[in-house]
Amino acid sequence: MIKFEDVSRIYDGQKRAALANINVEIAKGEFVFLVGGSGSGKSTFLRLVLREFRSTAGRVFVAGKNLSELPERKIPALRREIGMVSQDFRLLPGKTVFENVAFALQVIGKAKSHIRRVVPETLELVGLGDKSDRRPDELSGGEQQRVAIARAFVNRPKIILADEPTGNLDPETSVGIMKLLDRINRADTTVVMATHDWAMVDQMRKRVIELEDGHMVRDQVRGIYGARA
Amino acid sequence: MRHTLSETISGLRRNIGMTLAVVVTMWVSLSLFGAGLIAAQQVDRFKGEWYDKIEISVFLCTKVTQGDNCDPGQDVTESEKALVEETIKANPEVDEVYFETKEQAFAQFQEVFANSPTAEAMTVDQMQESFRVKLKDPNYYQGLVSQVQNLPGVQNVQDLHTYLDPIFRWLSALQWGTIGLSVLLLLAAALQISNTIRMATFTRGKEIGIMRLVGASNFYIMVPFLLESLVAAIAGALLAGVSLAAGVWLIIIRNAQASLKGLRWIGWPETGLTIAVVFAVAIVLSVLPTLVSARRYLRV
Repeated sequence: MIKFEDVSRIYDGQKRAALANINVEIAKGEFVFLVGGSGSGKSTFLRLVLREFRSTAGRVFVAGKNLSELPERKIPALRREIGMVSQDFRLLPGKTVFENVAFALQVIGKAKSHIRRVVPETLELVGLGDKSDRRPDELSGGEQQRVAIARAFVNRPKIILADEPTGNLDPETSVGIMKLLDRINRADTTVVMATHDWAMVDQMRKRVIELEDGHMVRDQVRGIYGARA
Repeated sequence: MRHTLSETISGLRRNIGMTLAVVVTMWVSLSLFGAGLIAAQQVDRFKGEWYDKIEISVFLCTKVTQGDNCDPGQDVTESEKALVEETIKANPEVDEVYFETKEQAFAQFQEVFANSPTAEAMTVDQMQESFRVKLKDPNYYQGLVSQVQNLPGVQNVQDLHTYLDPIFRWLSALQWGTIGLSVLLLLAAALQISNTIRMATFTRGKEIGIMRLVGASNFYIMVPFLLESLVAAIAGALLAGVSLAAGVWLIIIRNAQASLKGLRWIGWPETGLTIAVVFAVAIVLSVLPTLVSARRYLRV
């Protein structure tokens, strides 16, 4: 589903590579933790998958597309196969929960009837079936993140990218979010989650890819946060 | 589509101040621009009309006239006359030439100064013979004038260009000044639009970010901005069109045409054409800066 072939990324005006010679393959339906300190290259990794920019060297494949050669006009199609969840939720404050989730479908031109069917379904899935008329500021952080996950998942993407999704949440709430992502993963969605949350990583025993200064220092099946095999 | 429309409307409302500024700038600059265009068409008409009537008069020497090429106290000789006529006819720009005799000149003089003591004081012999020349293109008069005016026996070459040219020069300076000024204002309007779009991309930054993240097409993201500036520009163009039509009606149709009937004034067809040009300019000037700044600020 995601494949990095000797990928490096150097930002303009910088000498040090944000990512250096990364080789990794993530299969369909896998759940992967991306761990490492701040500035280790986790975000760069995710942004390369989203094709927010191209790799400086090497090739990135996502959902069968070679992103190094993907023309700019095909980027929207790529992003419709990816759902993105971030630390700061990024909800629109003026819209209700329903509208926030529906927005993702509206702007890619989905029919109203489709939206009316799929959005409640998805809200039910994330456990917010009864809150669809609330506004984001009436919700707790965990609930807001569930809305964001619903929005990322509502178009049934092949991949969910989560950048520190529990970074602003307390441990208990985080477990709920984690379980939700796990459930989405079991529906055959590939999930890549960048995180600092070592307790979570240790508990879940999923594949762990660790980055340090842009280099991949570990790729471990059923790994834990700290230890290196 | 519904989302697009509601985004456009809320965008217009959110930036109501900027939108009004764009509308007013567009209005003033397009009105000036249109006025310049209308003035240009009117001046062209006058020019065509007056230049058509212009003929060059080559006055020949008499015993009493004085001039550089005249022998004092001598009439123009037949051979001199022949040379002048030959020179005129040889010029490729000449369309028609006829000779006005002293008698014809006297008759005309009597007509013009009828009931005036001057008419009685003059005799046929004091009149001047002249060649009257009509050119194919009245704009190219200088060649003939310079060819003829130094020939012996030619007392004076008169042509109305000497009087009309400064008038038309001023008129065209005025009309180009107007157009130039309006172009500056239009430039300001275009910059204002691109600035408005820039601000709008900031205020809608979050929406735009999400749209890009979930894979909305660039076109979809851009349409509300395009519609927003189009609406502003077309509002400005409408106001300018009404102003121009009102101006033409008040100045030309109601007043000038009524009081100066002899002249060929422009009318509604020319005004309509000008307004169409104004609309085209408005659309280009709103779409272009929007596309440019949207490309800049809405990058994927």
